[in-house]
Amino acid sequence: MPSLDDLKKRIKSVKSTQKITKAMKMVAAAKLRKAQENAERGRPYSQKMQNIILNLTKSINDPENAPKLLTGTGKDKVYLCVVLTADRGLCGGFNSNICKLAKVNFKKYLSTGKELKIITVGSKGLDQLKREYGKYIINKFSFKDIKQISFKEAEKIGNEIIKLFKENKFDKCILFYNNFKNVITQIPQAQQIIPAENNLTDEKKEENISSYEFEPEEDEILEDLLPKNITTQIFKAFLENAASEQGSRMTAMDNATRNAGDLVDKLTINYNRSRQASITKELIEIISGAESL
Amino acid sequence: MSEKFTVEIISPSRLILKADSSEVTIPAYEGQMGILKDHVPLITFLRPGLILIKSEDEKIFFVEDGTVEFNNNVLLILTSTAKTLNELNKVEIDEMIRRSNELLENDKVTDKEKYLLHYKIRTLQEINI
Repeated sequence: MPSLDDLKKRIKSVKSTQKITKAMKMVAAAKLRKAQENAERGRPYSQKMQNIILNLTKSINDPENAPKLLTGTGKDKVYLCVVLTADRGLCGGFNSNICKLAKVNFKKYLSTGKELKIITVGSKGLDQLKREYGKYIINKFSFKDIKQISFKEAEKIGNEIIKLFKENKFDKCILFYNNFKNVITQIPQAQQIIPAENNLTDEKKEENISSYEFEPEEDEILEDLLPKNITTQIFKAFLENAASEQGSRMTAMDNATRNAGDLVDKLTINYNRSRQASITKELIEIISGAESL
Repeated sequence: MSEKFTVEIISPSRLILKADSSEVTIPAYEGQMGILKDHVPLITFLRPGLILIKSEDEKIFFVEDGTVEFNNNVLLILTSTAKTLNELNKVEIDEMIRRSNELLENDKVTDKEKYLLHYKIRTLQEINI
């Protein structure tokens, strides 16, 4: 049985922890709103970009001469995985969910005899993947010092990926990030960005074939557009990730605050009980002392 | 008025402009291009230059690059570099011109990049006056 003093100390410490988690929750909630807005505002750009590319690919008559970024190298050997995580912890399962998904995929690639290369973005992902897959990590980025991630950072990573692709360092590129659905649901996702995935149904293709006028030629536009699209996809992943991180942190901290409250209640009951017990004990001692006189 | 169509300028982080316009001039890669209502569907990309949007009042944007799609009387401009002229001050413009000139003298720059830089400098000098 802990002494009264011990209980008092514990209650105090739990209460101060609760204060911290509460503050973190509040901060996350405020940031979440901004991040969510950003993510939602960023969506049209990437969607429209995809649309244009789709329209372009449809009008390419000669698929053999199409840019490699679109069709791939024709091989299926080396996989480049870009894992996007946060730089900060204390956000529930956010980072480990991405890493879990990434690890499952890594295992799949390795067991089918593919070669694996990893780029991590964000320090938390690096920490989790380092031990098991450290030898595959070829590059790591961290934007810890940058408050608001902008298009420039996405460009940096995009350029790196494109450079590697031009040097024929990999055949397929897959992006891992959390897709922000709502505050409590974030879905870890693996998205293939090279070669570009054509996941629209056939019927939609049919109706969209309006004959576009291209200036300059289709392939020239594509060559300009595809690298941009990669950067755009990465930027989109960034935005989704940022919103997910805050959402995840908010729920995690909300839970922590509630748990701390429960703990305080329990400890207070314990404290009161043992206080009462000690008072009763003292009273008995006094009474029995008086009786014996 | 029925002679209008929709213009949208979208950057990766936000919708910059959504408006109705009767005529838009864009600096397409192969030359200035004027777009009116019921233009044929079109996809092209931009070189550095000015986008002029005519409606009740004229809006001007400076862009460095971007992609343009016109379909069903919606003109879509995707760019990460659109700026209104008010957002640019003289110091910034001078700095951009200086940097572009530096790049031009670099031997590694390809012809295509030179072409784009050339236009960038010219446009910047134009708005600098």
